Amino acid sequence: MLPTPCTSHVPYTRVYEPAEDSFLLLDTLSSKSETDFLASRFPPVSSSPPPLTLEIGPGSGVVLAFLTAHAQTLFSRRDILTLGIDVNGFACSATAATVAKAVATTEQQQARHQQQNHADGKDDGAGIFLGAVQGDLAGAVRPGAVDVLVFNPPYVPTAEMPAVLPPPAPASTTTMPPQEEETAFERDSRLLALSYAGGRDGMETTARLIEALPEVLSDRGCAYLLLCAQNKPEQVKERIRALPGGGAGGWRAETVGTSGKQAGWEKLQIVRIWRDS
Amino acid sequence: MKVLTLNFLTCAVKTCKASSDSFPLHPKDAELASDDVELNPQLLVNLLPRIDWNALRTTSTELGFPQLPEQPPTAEELQADEKMLKDLHTLLMETQLMEGKLVCGHCGHEYAVREGIANFLLPSHLV
Repeated sequence: MLPTPCTSHVPYTRVYEPAEDSFLLLDTLSSKSETDFLASRFPPVSSSPPPLTLEIGPGSGVVLAFLTAHAQTLFSRRDILTLGIDVNGFACSATAATVAKAVATTEQQQARHQQQNHADGKDDGAGIFLGAVQGDLAGAVRPGAVDVLVFNPPYVPTAEMPAVLPPPAPASTTTMPPQEEETAFERDSRLLALSYAGGRDGMETTARLIEALPEVLSDRGCAYLLLCAQNKPEQVKERIRALPGGGAGGWRAETVGTSGKQAGWEKLQIVRIWRDS
Repeated sequence: MKVLTLNFLTCAVKTCKASSDSFPLHPKDAELASDDVELNPQLLVNLLPRIDWNALRTTSTELGFPQLPEQPPTAEELQADEKMLKDLHTLLMETQLMEGKLVCGHCGHEYAVREGIANFLLPSHLV
């Protein structure tokens, strides 16, 4: 078992705290079926350049730190590039710190390993963390650049969608009663709501990401998307398979991880999305 | 964020995507920081085919780094060229963009960079 990255420094009043969904992603991405898939998709030979891994909405950074710090174990190569994009600036800072900690831990372990000359030990190795960027989905990423996309979206069905930006500053010239500026508490509530509130069917944000997949992913690109039962996963998978630009093999969407028998109202699954080339 | 990140980012304004002027974004008033990273020649050789060389040349020059050659080195050339390895290592692996702005060459929009985090959220009139 790979260690879960430490997130004790993350301010959970304004950044999503790692929960069952985060841990399902860790379990799925480190399962044999997925490490085998990633190794065959991005074989560590000169003809296969390092994959760019983008996590959208990393929050605390626990998943991105896991992927970066254990690159050798998960991808069978340690030259992967990783990037996080979150609408929440506090989440970006948290992610950068979480990744740095986890990478340092891996490097210390490797150094100790080498000192003790454990030739039989399992070699891990950290990848290259590019940074965390504040933004909306993959809008600021070059088209066709992403090889592995990971998204734990705001999937809870809600009546309304929270605003990405704070309300505009009140204009002093109007005769309207001045709009109150957002308090720190309101800001934190809005940022937390952005991490879980998914609007209709919990799918409003996820639907925008799915629509952008053909533009965002490289030809060899794949995506890991977390869904809950209320998102109507079978319909979502059908919609993904019908996306344009699938080539000869078409778009594939299969469930590769589930929260299994802990079937509460929030039953979770991870869908892997890719094209057969 | 690492300078290498600029090789993968573009203007977030939809109508800019089709224009070649929206990539790479141009750093302005940039403050840089340097991490101490051990040189790994094989890693740099692996990265070569993943890099848009023209864009990297532009970024490198705009940030005041030594001018990169017009053509990217081959894997063999890079392995044998200690100075080039060192220059690329400094630029790609060690240098962090901490403060400043990233400017789109097409629409002129400026994205702020604070404490190493670039903000690509657009004001509502540009979404």
